[in-house]
Amino acid sequence: MDVKQLSVFIENTPGSLVSLTRLLGDKGIDLISLSVADTASFGILRGIVEEPEKALDIVIEAGFTARLDTVIPIQVPDEPGSLSKVLELLGSNNIVIEYLYSFMRNGGGEAYIILRTKQMEEALKLFSEKGVHVLSAKEVYSL
Amino acid sequence: MSYWQHDIECISRDALKELQLEKLRKTVSKVYESVPFYREILKSRGLVPQDIRSLDDISLLPFTEKDDLRDNYPFGFFAVGQESIIRIHASSGTTGKPTVSGYTARDISRWADLMARNLSCAGISRFSVVHVAYGYGLFTGGLGVHYGVEKLGASVIPASGGNTARQVQLMRDFHATALCCTPSYALNLADHMSQNGYAADDFKLKVGIFGAEPWADGMRKHIEESLNIKALDIYGLTEIMGPGVAMECPEQNGLHIWEDAFYPEIVDENGNPLPDGEEGELVITTIDKEGMPLLRYRTHDITSLVSEPCACGRTHRKIKRVKMRTDDMLVIRGVNVYPSQVEFVLAQIEGIRPQFRLVVDRVDNLDTLLVEVELDNKLIGDTVKDLERLQGEAKRKLSEGLLLRCDVKLMPTGSLTRGEVKAKRIMDLRDKRN
Ligand SMILES: [Zn+2]
Repeated sequence: MDVKQLSVFIENTPGSLVSLTRLLGDKGIDLISLSVADTASFGILRGIVEEPEKALDIVIEAGFTARLDTVIPIQVPDEPGSLSKVLELLGSNNIVIEYLYSFMRNGGGEAYIILRTKQMEEALKLFSEKGVHVLSAKEVYSL
Repeated sequence: MSYWQHDIECISRDALKELQLEKLRKTVSKVYESVPFYREILKSRGLVPQDIRSLDDISLLPFTEKDDLRDNYPFGFFAVGQESIIRIHASSGTTGKPTVSGYTARDISRWADLMARNLSCAGISRFSVVHVAYGYGLFTGGLGVHYGVEKLGASVIPASGGNTARQVQLMRDFHATALCCTPSYALNLADHMSQNGYAADDFKLKVGIFGAEPWADGMRKHIEESLNIKALDIYGLTEIMGPGVAMECPEQNGLHIWEDAFYPEIVDENGNPLPDGEEGELVITTIDKEGMPLLRYRTHDITSLVSEPCACGRTHRKIKRVKMRTDDMLVIRGVNVYPSQVEFVLAQIEGIRPQFRLVVDRVDNLDTLLVEVELDNKLIGDTVKDLERLQGEAKRKLSEGLLLRCDVKLMPTGSLTRGEVKAKRIMDLRDKRN
């Protein structure tokens, strides 16, 4: 099963992020990861949640502007240079990264990265060939 | 095609003109006798009512401006005594005093007949259930439509404004077949339906009659698709009567103005009459009103008259859909900007909806225009780049369409207040800067 990320448009005003996270909290939706990309006037909250379709319905019903996208969660050793190796691998294969963010360290020497590209299939194929560990949805939700 | 008053709706043009002249002369005599404002102007021009011998002589008569109504607030234009007035409506002016309209029993009955014509024109019959979500009260929308539905014999649901969730539930439970409200509120209702898991076949809606604010074809398409109905435009204004002065027929290429009750003219900026087909300001003389007849009232609505015969069989001329009002017009850095132009441009951009607010300001003595636009609730992309591209596209298309550089701000769905009576689309901060 693919890992889906919930993206929600937020105004760059005090409180708009709070009202969204509070809504999710009230509805019992846990944010496994959270990252915000923003400009001077707006932002996009990106979150990994366990039941993305349900979360999407909840936020849209509450009047937010939102969507779901498939992302690639990968696991790399938590040591200097391991992330750049992955980036170099993608770059040398002409795979353009839309964005990435790290979402959790378990202290056990592993780092977790969420990655999004428009060339999903190529990236997945490359990772499986080169032995980069792509996490399953089940693994992500159990972190 | 069904008609409410077939003989008058499909009357020959010659017979109609004869009727209009008779009614015009009666109206001029009445106001000369009973309304000091008109008597004094006519006297000062050396005119008596008998000087009106043909319809063309209407150009001898003075215009009536909204300011004249304000100056004679509240009842200065009433042509009958208070004992003959059975209802008074008022519209909140954006500035100062409200605009008042008084009706005799006959006026109310005639209004209901005109509204019944409009409803029939939209295919509504006594077998229909009509959900009226115009505000009931001083605003003419609610009661105006209401009396027409009752006269027609359909079932009326007097929902008035507010409580969208309950409105949607009642529309479903009562099997409403027709919806009457402002176009922006129709979108509100459609949003609520889609966000709360209602399906299209939960509803029996066939047609909607929308008015009280200008709306363009982009919005029509949006409403027709989201509610799965035919959306028709209705025109009216409190001073003249209320909703129902003109009604779009299913041909959807203009609104028949009921010429046995209203004598329409189109004039240029200087008040000179323009021929049919040319765009200008609509001026209306009421020729069938007792309570508050008005001569050559300047509506400030920009349209043109269509005299070509209509396939629906009605012989009353049509006005083109009113997309702009002269007083909605903004002058920004010397450029005329109409909100309808903005709506037109936005309707063609994927990812946003034709809901917007224009914020005009002045920075360092230079006018600025910010267009706040609402995103669709389906977000177009998940990167800042996607949204900046959308913002850029909107900015470029608006700047090209308006011939004016502007900024665009993306707003979440539903965040721009959708008025239940009238959407406020303009915020002009320039006055405060002076
Ligand atoms: Zn017609």
